Amino acid sequence: MEGLAFYALCYLAAAVLAVIVSQRIGLGSVVGYIAAGVLIGPVFQISVAGSGYLEQFSEFGIVMMLFLIGLEIDPQMVWRLRDKLLGLGGLQVVATIAAVTAAGVGLGFSWQQSLLFGFVAALSSTAIVLQTLEEKGLLRSDGGQASFAVLLFQDLAVIPMLACIPLIAGSGLGSSSGHGGAAFLAELPGWASAILTLAAVGVVVAAAHFLSRPVFRTIALLGLREVFTAAALLVVVGITVLMSAVGLSPALGAFLGGVVLANSEFKHELQNDIEPFKGLLLGLFFMTIGAKIDPDILLANWLTVAAATFCLIIIKALVLLPLAWFFNVRGPAGWLFTLGLAQAGEFGFVLLTIGGDRGLLSPPTVSVSVLIITFSMVLTPLLFALSNRIVVMLDRRGGHRRNADQPDQGTIILAGVGRFGQIVNRMLLANGHKPVVLDYRADVVDNVRKFGVKSFFGDAGRPDLLDSAGLAHAVLLIVAIDDPDRATEIVSYARRSNPGIQIIVRAYDRLHHYKLVDAGADHIVREMFDGSVQAAGMALEALGMHPYEVEKRKTVFVDQDIAGLARMATLVESDTPAVNNPDFIAGFNDIGKVIENAMMGYRSGYDEMVTRGWNAPDAASIHVPSDTHPRRTARKSE
Amino acid sequence: MRVLVLFAHPAQRKSSINTAMAASATELEGVTFVDLYAEYPRFSIDVDREQRRLMEHDVILFQFPVFWYSTPALLKQWQDLVLEYGFAYGPQGKKLAGKHTMACVTTGGGISDYTEDGGNRRVFEQFLYPLEQTATLCGMEYLPPFILYSANHLAEEAAQLHIRSYPRLLTALRDDRFDIPALRLLPTFGSFNLPDLVRD
Repeated sequence: MEGLAFYALCYLAAAVLAVIVSQRIGLGSVVGYIAAGVLIGPVFQISVAGSGYLEQFSEFGIVMMLFLIGLEIDPQMVWRLRDKLLGLGGLQVVATIAAVTAAGVGLGFSWQQSLLFGFVAALSSTAIVLQTLEEKGLLRSDGGQASFAVLLFQDLAVIPMLACIPLIAGSGLGSSSGHGGAAFLAELPGWASAILTLAAVGVVVAAAHFLSRPVFRTIALLGLREVFTAAALLVVVGITVLMSAVGLSPALGAFLGGVVLANSEFKHELQNDIEPFKGLLLGLFFMTIGAKIDPDILLANWLTVAAATFCLIIIKALVLLPLAWFFNVRGPAGWLFTLGLAQAGEFGFVLLTIGGDRGLLSPPTVSVSVLIITFSMVLTPLLFALSNRIVVMLDRRGGHRRNADQPDQGTIILAGVGRFGQIVNRMLLANGHKPVVLDYRADVVDNVRKFGVKSFFGDAGRPDLLDSAGLAHAVLLIVAIDDPDRATEIVSYARRSNPGIQIIVRAYDRLHHYKLVDAGADHIVREMFDGSVQAAGMALEALGMHPYEVEKRKTVFVDQDIAGLARMATLVESDTPAVNNPDFIAGFNDIGKVIENAMMGYRSGYDEMVTRGWNAPDAASIHVPSDTHPRRTARKSE
Repeated sequence: MRVLVLFAHPAQRKSSINTAMAASATELEGVTFVDLYAEYPRFSIDVDREQRRLMEHDVILFQFPVFWYSTPALLKQWQDLVLEYGFAYGPQGKKLAGKHTMACVTTGGGISDYTEDGGNRRVFEQFLYPLEQTATLCGMEYLPPFILYSANHLAEEAAQLHIRSYPRLLTALRDDRFDIPALRLLPTFGSFNLPDLVRD
């Protein structure tokens, strides 16, 4: 027990520390886990004893990941991305495998080994790339969508790859599969084992389809949260055991199970239950990879590792760039796509581990390969920065214009037609105004175009696009995008280049409001404010307050809040975060003492404001407190 | 005198005479023009600000089209909220005492409808009695109203005359060239009376 607690302490502490540091410097969690593994293994020599057992355990992380990927398969999305998914993704995988396999054979590896290297190189890091794209707000851009499609295809391609490794390794080479093995199958004749294998797959599909619903419903009715979690884990573990028994890849089985369950109404519960286990176990898996890195091997082979990492990135980029161009992902989007996907990914570790287990690769080769993958992942932030650089250079040369649309000029410019901008757009159209609409999501632009709206694809944050939309002569600019920093940039650029324009802008919150004031916005709408006030009003009405009374109270509240917003503007300092600015906090607390008073229970100020009108001359003596107002009964008699 | 025009018209896209009058009033220097429906589109009147405005002026004009023999709803809301006890009336009130008020209205009905035998059964000024009594209670002098009858079916010429007279009326009040004693003798007045009332 003491030993177990100690291991848990070391692993968890290393993981928390390394992941925090790694996230902070923008390398993502995968690199952090690997670093934690390095700390535990080579550096402090803690892991040696328990690592074999932990490794087996952590492989459940992979199984769960594939189960979740299966759950995530949304037929509509797959259909929408089908061109890029099959075309771009498929060609990328095939071409990279071919190139790397050829290079491997050329370097003197066997074709089996080279093919495994090809598999590993063809995959990019879903975890790192998706996270980076999301952080940079590029996931829904054209380059981001193309990357997403390719990553999705790669995730799917892992399954046949996993199935292939035992085949290319040859059955005789396998030392131990680590999953408890197909021992009893080996005693059966070939036809029987084939039938059994098919039957096992059939069992998974049938059970997931027919059995899962009644079972999950029964458990859900019990209302025991942890039993549902146990059942979710049971599904994954059960599939793993069944698949291992017949010698199939548990990951493949889990993926199948996930796909079948994707239509189930319990999909989201399953996801939520499995997700943390998957995260932790995958983390553990990466840590065991890191723990296995041998510093001696790195020192002895550092030149090989460096050269191979460089070659890997170059080969991947050389495959990706022409494909992107061919599939019309060009200019900035093309570079983002090419450099963003040029690293190897976490599935590479899985493939290498299995390849090593099957005796396809020697342990030193596996170690060197793991190092290469790791370094290519560590370099990802640099690759993203490089793509940014190239985009800036393209911007300067004007070479990107092929990609973004050339908008018509208009007197009203609407930047962003998401959930916010759409309403603005509809209302403008209903009143006979036709804004020029800019959005950086090509599919949204296409949809809006179908309704006859002049809309143009491109990033509204780019000055030249705003210029060609007629910013210089426009009378009104509406900034409806959800990225606060970009919105601020657009406002200040617009104010500089057209001092007379009216600017209406969507603010994220109070502090963003002040930044927008500084940037030169005329009218600022806090995106959540009005809706929240409506909800509060409905709540008061539901509690029995007279609707017109509610209306008045809402009005006073909004007026007070806006007055407070203006009063506090002088207290905001742009470089100090609000929470560290005592003046701002004091001002916030002061915000019309009114509202605070109301919250503290004595509503004097607020109540006075609300009840100011329509009082008889001696109102004080006949004032009825609003709580005891006989409205509820009055209303029933209506 | 310092002149304040409180303009209340809920459907300005339809009215050409009232909006033309309002437009000419906006341009006058030394006359404060307030479009109430523009300032309070959601009927949430800023009472303090309105009371301050009243204190800063000597003549308060209410410009509105007559709806159902009365003021538009927002102007009634304005009266309900702004003319508070303790400000406009009551022992500590009377802050408006000594000021003048005047209604500048347009009606749909013709002058013949506003007779004892006509469709509306009363002369027009009787319908403004609540406004008159409100002013009186607040200690203000209620001056006879400036009226344009049949505003909806008026010859272009008559309409233009009324529109042109409006700034003339306002500037005369501003510059103390308006013969208030002479006005007091009339029940109502229109643009045709102006030559007799304005000293040029």
